Amino acid sequence: MSDESIDPDDGTKGEEGWLDRPGSVDLIIKGLIAACVVTVAADFFYHKHAEYAFQQWVGFDAIFGFVAYVSLITTAKGVRRLLMRSEDYYD
Amino acid sequence: MIDGLVESVPPGVLLIVAAIPVVLLPYRLSQAVMLALPVLGLMQLLSMPAEYEQTLRVFDYALEITRIDALSRVFGIVFYIAAFIGVLYAAHQRDRLQSAAALIYAGSAIAAVFAGDLLTLFVWWELTAISSVFLVWARRTEAAVKAGQRYLVIQVSSGLLLLVGAILLHSDSGSLAFEHIGIESVAGWLIFLAFGIKAAFPLLHGWMKDAYPEATVTGTVFLSGFTTKLAIYALARGFAGTEILIPIGAAMTAFPIFFAVIENDLRRVLCYSLNNQLGFMVVGVGVGTELALNGTVAHVFAHVIYKALLFMAMGAVLLRAGTTKASDLGGLYKSMPWTAFFCIIGSISISGFPLTSGFVTKSMVLSAVAHHHYLVISLVLLFASAGVLDHSGIKVPFFSFFAHDSGIRVKEAPLNMRFAMGIAAAFCIGIGVFPEELYGILPYPVDYQPYTTTHVVTMLQLLLFAALAFVFLWKTGLYPPELRSVVLDIDWVWRRLLPQAWSGVAEAWMIAQGWLLGHAVRVRQGVIELTATHLSPWSRLGEPWPTGATAMWAAVLLLAYLLIAY
Repeated sequence: MSDESIDPDDGTKGEEGWLDRPGSVDLIIKGLIAACVVTVAADFFYHKHAEYAFQQWVGFDAIFGFVAYVSLITTAKGVRRLLMRSEDYYD
Repeated sequence: MIDGLVESVPPGVLLIVAAIPVVLLPYRLSQAVMLALPVLGLMQLLSMPAEYEQTLRVFDYALEITRIDALSRVFGIVFYIAAFIGVLYAAHQRDRLQSAAALIYAGSAIAAVFAGDLLTLFVWWELTAISSVFLVWARRTEAAVKAGQRYLVIQVSSGLLLLVGAILLHSDSGSLAFEHIGIESVAGWLIFLAFGIKAAFPLLHGWMKDAYPEATVTGTVFLSGFTTKLAIYALARGFAGTEILIPIGAAMTAFPIFFAVIENDLRRVLCYSLNNQLGFMVVGVGVGTELALNGTVAHVFAHVIYKALLFMAMGAVLLRAGTTKASDLGGLYKSMPWTAFFCIIGSISISGFPLTSGFVTKSMVLSAVAHHHYLVISLVLLFASAGVLDHSGIKVPFFSFFAHDSGIRVKEAPLNMRFAMGIAAAFCIGIGVFPEELYGILPYPVDYQPYTTTHVVTMLQLLLFAALAFVFLWKTGLYPPELRSVVLDIDWVWRRLLPQAWSGVAEAWMIAQGWLLGHAVRVRQGVIELTATHLSPWSRLGEPWPTGATAMWAAVLLLAYLLIAY
């Protein structure tokens, strides 16, 4: 079926998406940073009802999220060195 | 009369019985009837009493073919919704084999949930295995055929363990009823293992990441919904509060996310993600309190739908772009904006952002665990929650629809697919905004408030800072690039190690055989030579002996014989 095929010639000539415009991605990143700041700042304005004492710390989940993510990716890169094989490995 | 008829058919059976006749109808009519079947099934279920049992006498056994209660009912409802969404998603497709297999598969999963005894459960359990493999085989590639064979062996084995366990249990207790089982007996362990295989426990999980990504575009959507959640139901029924499930579940949430980071096939990434989500449910079953079980069941409900949504989005990408390899994709939001949009809804739902279904269900499990101060488990689940954001929240939508522009330009997904994704997306947001609707059908009364300031702010902190970490790693080039590759997992044992070990054994046997044969030849040669030397007419033994010597030897022999005889 023609509508299911890829047309590689069309690729680079394709219309510009809104993400291709300069500044779009930066705007998203700035928005994300702003949201991060707001969520940590919010910790000063309410009383946390957490089950564990350490969860009461300001920004605990923020730091945990950042560190967990970075350590996940870094460890996975190590795992990749061990377990990655070429695509036709099982063929 | 009609009421009696409606109730006499166990839920799910309608889909199984109708499957083959329906797919033989003309295409348009067949699609219409197929869409009507899950709706009729759901109406039947909702019209039946909230507590209902029906027994069927087979020889001396009373089989409880239908048991509706608060637990089975929720699973039944979400399975019918998943079946409807799946059928709609597949409506453009003219593949009778797949359509029939999908209906029988969905129907048998539903019937299994309402099985009140272990024998009935076994029958439907095996039918889900046998019908679902056709959704893999229907891809009609060599890889799919092989993966399907491996899948079928493992699935059927799970059923056999269940059967043996059920028989042992029956000989112990004289009952086949499917109630709390526990792991105090051998029978209990066998059944636990049977459920554990289908629930993709760590080291028993290989079949899922092996077979699901090899299934068809639409097949994987069905597969993602039923088998593993049927196993969660069975665990919740038979092993609620079994503490060993807590570390098992925690391991399930954690280890697949490492594989999800480095796996290139995005449908396989979603399988790891599915495995990780099952972990949250298994932990909930292990904790076993009312809040934990409610959380588990609610999470199943939300998960079936957002996971189907993600598989539908990647299925649409596979259909249009011909691949779901992250290394080959990118920039598809330009040609498939609707699919991209729905995929993002699925992504934020599975990540558990406030106002989505994942938030209002996963937080119940997290709260139940924290409530019991399982500190390590809480931290593992929190870590896994950040991990979900990576693979399903960021990786799947980012590398397919955004990242660098791969230059692939395709048509948007067919209309029926977009409708199916739209309905699933509506559920994701609807449950997130109106959680009390879902809470109302959970097995136990719900006294839980998801939208407290603490819950919302801490969850947002976790997710937004994890997203910030992604931006940081991506911008600094530390995020691992997507590479065309396979990542070895436990299925390597039976795809590579065992075949190689077997050929090693065969080779050793050949060598041993050769050695033995070589020796046999030498031994035979030796015997011939020995005979030739000593028995030839010219040899010491072969030459004519004098009569006297012969008589003397005969006398010696006779004497020896006499002595031995006495």
